[in-house]
Amino acid sequence: MTSILTNLFDGVAYGMLLFVLACGLAVTLGLMNFVNLAHGAFAMAGGYVCMVLVNRMGWPFFAALPLSFVSAAAIGIVFERALYRHLYARSHLDQVLFTIGLTFMSVAAVDYIQGSSRVFINLPAALQGQFDLFGVGIGRYRLMIIVICGLLTIGLQMVLAKTRFGSRLRAAVDDPRAASGLGINVPQVFAFTFAFGCGLAGLGGALSAEILGLDPYFPLKFMIYFLIVVTVGGSSSITGPFLASLLLGIGDVAGKYYVPKMGPFVIYTMMIVILIWRPNGLFGRTAAR
Amino acid sequence: MFERKQFSQKFSWATAIAAVAGLVAVAPAKAEDTVKVGLILPMTGGQASTGKQIENAIKLYMQQNGDTVAGKKVEIILKDDAAIPDKTKTAAQELIVNDKVNFIAGFGVTPAALAAAPLATQAKIPEVVMAAGTSIITERSPYIVRTSFTLAQSSTIIGDWAVKNGIKKVATLTSDYAPGNDALNFFKAHFTAGGGEVVEEVKTPLANPDFAPFLQRMKDAKPDAIFVFVPAGQGGNFMKQYAERGLDKAGIRVIGPGDVTDDDLLNNMGDAVLGTVTAHIYSAAHPSQMNKDFVAAYKKAFGTRPGFMAVSGYDGIHLIYEALKKTNGDTDGTKLVEAMKGQKWESPRGPISIDPETRDIIQNVYIRKVEKVDGELYNVEFQTFEAVKDLGKTKK
Repeated sequence: MTSILTNLFDGVAYGMLLFVLACGLAVTLGLMNFVNLAHGAFAMAGGYVCMVLVNRMGWPFFAALPLSFVSAAAIGIVFERALYRHLYARSHLDQVLFTIGLTFMSVAAVDYIQGSSRVFINLPAALQGQFDLFGVGIGRYRLMIIVICGLLTIGLQMVLAKTRFGSRLRAAVDDPRAASGLGINVPQVFAFTFAFGCGLAGLGGALSAEILGLDPYFPLKFMIYFLIVVTVGGSSSITGPFLASLLLGIGDVAGKYYVPKMGPFVIYTMMIVILIWRPNGLFGRTAAR
Repeated sequence: MFERKQFSQKFSWATAIAAVAGLVAVAPAKAEDTVKVGLILPMTGGQASTGKQIENAIKLYMQQNGDTVAGKKVEIILKDDAAIPDKTKTAAQELIVNDKVNFIAGFGVTPAALAAAPLATQAKIPEVVMAAGTSIITERSPYIVRTSFTLAQSSTIIGDWAVKNGIKKVATLTSDYAPGNDALNFFKAHFTAGGGEVVEEVKTPLANPDFAPFLQRMKDAKPDAIFVFVPAGQGGNFMKQYAERGLDKAGIRVIGPGDVTDDDLLNNMGDAVLGTVTAHIYSAAHPSQMNKDFVAAYKKAFGTRPGFMAVSGYDGIHLIYEALKKTNGDTDGTKLVEAMKGQKWESPRGPISIDPETRDIIQNVYIRKVEKVDGELYNVEFQTFEAVKDLGKTKK
């Protein structure tokens, strides 16, 4: 029984991590209808910023986390203004080719600057190890991930559903022409949203270094996971990818624990089954655009 | 007029090409004085650290020993195959056909070494394997010579050591690819023959992000130790999550071939690795004077510690130099391979030699424990198994 709960806990933490990493992609892909395969590159940027701040400059881990968000968002806004905005109106194929190119360039650049060895972020002692809660092993670091990601999800949902900015964004997405007619600065809204998505990826990258490992190939290795989360969850809301991440995280961990011979296939099997059942993802709108 | 112009353009191109071809035809007279080594390594991709270590070590060796041997100038031509066998094959073909190399060398992973094997046989030139570690490799061509190691060498030794040192129940965690399976099978054979019991066996996917569920399974199986083989890059993640899950506090030790505690990454793994016992061919802390000099020179030149891949590259180029000395600069491939057989020398890892029958390396295997020395983590050797041959050969 306790091992079931331990696995459940690990699965939730893994799922939450997947969510923070992928929800920026859900935003750009679902809300802005832009296929940004370079999403993982922004995550990697956040991870490396956090590593440099903590390991080389001696910052505390918790101070470096927000900065990994900010720096990935800043890189995001520069790229959006300089490059991405020219591709909003282009076909998805153009967007895919462009962003996959960016991904390869980011891999080469980081390899050149930092070397190809895997790096680790020095964690404070308080985040290391496990403690026992009624016999269930709770990893401190994984607990922190659940707390941070949980709060973030609630905040994000509130912003999108309840605030003025949220309604502007939804308006800008659904009908950019009418929205700008109403006085909404559409390019600005898009730029901000894109940067925010990149920032989330950066935070995810910093948080995931401990669990997934951080090296220059990060964007390529985990691209498939981001895409699975978004396709399974459907890209029209935040709740969809959130529940999908949890489901996939728990499924992946449970699969590896109980049927280790199946290994990584559990996550793909789940994806296929869900997509056969609901081709637009768990919470996808049917043919919205 | 237009057509004429095009024709004359074509004509002048043809002249230019013919002229260059003529020059090239004259050139070989000079090329006699150089020996070309085609070095095929993964310089990008997941195995890039292997490639970089070997390249560094070869540069270092050539700085220390000069670039002429037996009156010939040694020229290295480096190609990146990103550890993809198709690219290895293309690179080897180009090197052999266009560059007319006298050796092909390097090879980061087993499939890459195997992809080049038929080409070495066909072209009758030595293939010096400096990294790839499955047993079968040297059997695939009479021209293959290896200076790295085989997983059989280290896995059998740690299996024997474990049963003799109070480890009775072991859970295994190995990466699901050829070297991982080699490590698992050789370990299991020796460990169970000594009376040990394997209580849990997990193979992890090669590209595995999170070890948590596998480690939880290990923990629940309550073994005395976990036998681990994962590619060098993943060792750090494994060790960190091992500590996070409290397996160290549950008294479950880590044993394995030494890839998991590669010197390249060891220092970043944190104190959880302290006490990990592995069997391997090289440690940066090997106490010989030669190794101390090697480590100091390598650190000075490249800013990092050499790992076992670096020393394999260093020995590989040494073997090439020695073979050329023995043939007096004769570059006939068959004679060079003959010259390599039975070579014996002192390497930074200790005394090594090339088995004249299998062309594989014979070397000491050391049992080491991770300890802190001057504030840094090192694999400190405490027991030596001398002159270990590869036990994995099918033709004995």
